[in-house]
Amino acid sequence: MNAPVTTQQGVRVTVRGLRRSFLGQPVLKGLSFEVDRGEIFVVMGPSGSGKSVLLKHIIGLETPDEGEILIEGESIQSPGVMDKYRMAMVFQSGALFNSLTVGENVGLYLSEHRLQAPDEIARIVTEKLEIVGLRGQENRSPSELSGGMKKRVAIARALVIEPQLILYDEPTSELDPLMAVTIGDEVIKLNRRIRVTSIVVTHDRDLAFGIADRIALMADGQILTVGKPAEVRSNPHPQIQKFLTADFNHNKERTPL
Amino acid sequence: MFQNIGEMLALLWRTLQALPLTWRHRHKVYDQLFEIGNASLLMACILSLFIGGVIALQTGPLLAERGLSGYIGGIVGNAICKELAPVMMSILIAGRIGSAMAAEIGSMRVYQEIDALRTMNINPVHYLVLPRLVAISCALPILVVFSIMVGWMGGALVAVYNNQIGISFQAYFSNLRELVDLGKVVNGLFKSFIFAVVIGVVSCHQGLQTIGGPRGIGRSVTKAVVNSIVLILILDYFVTRFLMYLD
Ligand SMILES: Nc1ncnc2c1ncn2[C@@H]1O[C@H](COP(=O)(O)OP(=O)(O)OP(=O)(O)O)[C@@H](O)[C@H]1O
Ligand SMILES: [Mg+2]
Repeated sequence: MNAPVTTQQGVRVTVRGLRRSFLGQPVLKGLSFEVDRGEIFVVMGPSGSGKSVLLKHIIGLETPDEGEILIEGESIQSPGVMDKYRMAMVFQSGALFNSLTVGENVGLYLSEHRLQAPDEIARIVTEKLEIVGLRGQENRSPSELSGGMKKRVAIARALVIEPQLILYDEPTSELDPLMAVTIGDEVIKLNRRIRVTSIVVTHDRDLAFGIADRIALMADGQILTVGKPAEVRSNPHPQIQKFLTADFNHNKERTPL
Repeated sequence: MFQNIGEMLALLWRTLQALPLTWRHRHKVYDQLFEIGNASLLMACILSLFIGGVIALQTGPLLAERGLSGYIGGIVGNAICKELAPVMMSILIAGRIGSAMAAEIGSMRVYQEIDALRTMNINPVHYLVLPRLVAISCALPILVVFSIMVGWMGGALVAVYNNQIGISFQAYFSNLRELVDLGKVVNGLFKSFIFAVVIGVVSCHQGLQTIGGPRGIGRSVTKAVVNSIVLILILDYFVTRFLMYLD
């Protein structure tokens, strides 16, 4: 349980032939893609298409039935690989520790691994909370926060790890549009600052096209297409166009994204 | 329940391997100890007073009729320290603390907090199971010491003030001292230590196994308590046999 030691920023992630079923029900049906070092890779897709399950496999919380996940060319199943790289995940639900305060949540990685002295941890916690717009909330309990605030604490908690790979599961789903933009900016800033590889799962088309280097569209456990935002947008596949341009009917005249 | 025993032993083994890390997690151990003491000490004492009292009440008149009332201190003293205090306190703690452990860890499991720990490279066994197991293994024998002393007192009160028995405090305690030695007290404490490990492992294992939502948590809590009590009562027989063999 020692903290990882590698300092190199941004790791390459390769997913190869990933398959997974739950109770005989296939959820991931053979996914393959590669995410480059320092890239912002956005995964979009309808609800229930297996995006959260995919992220859990990438960070090693679930084991694939078939296929493998490689980080810098090494399978995450082989011993020691997961300890070698710093990774973080922002869970869809936030997954904050309810018995700890906000500040303890954010600082837990540093305090448990004894990476910093307590007052240095307090300083870092304040700094990261400020980034997500939650200055001065250290002593509150997660149960007192709104859904969006929890999400932002979860993001601050991930930032503290200074990860080389960060996985965001719907980082903006409970945020107001202004906060969503701030978080989107923060994803980009973090990416520029420490060249972290980011994989972002989202339904938010504005966010996706605003921050992505490349976008993958998932449906029903498979990848429909992967490409630069412009390529994905101009892909003529009807299912893709439907997903990208879906809108309220009474609003038809609005230009699609 | 019995198909899980292998998994529970594996969890126990992983926790034992982590024992050298206890010092690092000492603050969590203190928190748990406080929780256990705070929740159970008063109740343990009240319970023990009545258990001691009822044993004296059941045995005293029978002995007095036969002119053996001088032995009541030894009988109550033995029953309390070798059997009743360890078993009753373990059952109380299984209900009071085992349930809380299963509920807390279970809800962390259901609400993905354990997944979050793992993504932060924090071992849930070290972070959650180790402090709880260490705390309960220390706290339960201490609680049993209190329980034994209060239980003896409870027996004494009944032996002295019940008019079918009516012996003196001195007679009660001198017989108790004659028939109960330190070895017998240690015997009871050893039992309670084993039971503490059982409660800790069963409850933490049940918590970590939780699936589903709030219902799953409820199921885990029930199972943790029931399985702990069943295992305690079965193991009690075998541990007793083992200790007799050692004597
Ligand atoms: N532990 C599990 N056991 C059984 N089925 C599961 C499990 N986890 C996920 N599934 C199933 O896998 C499918 C994909 O789930 P997943 O959470 O990945 O969807 P998603 O794409 O993230 O959807 P959303 O956008 O709504 O979050 C769902 O049908 C879900 O029921
Ligand atoms: Mg999801």
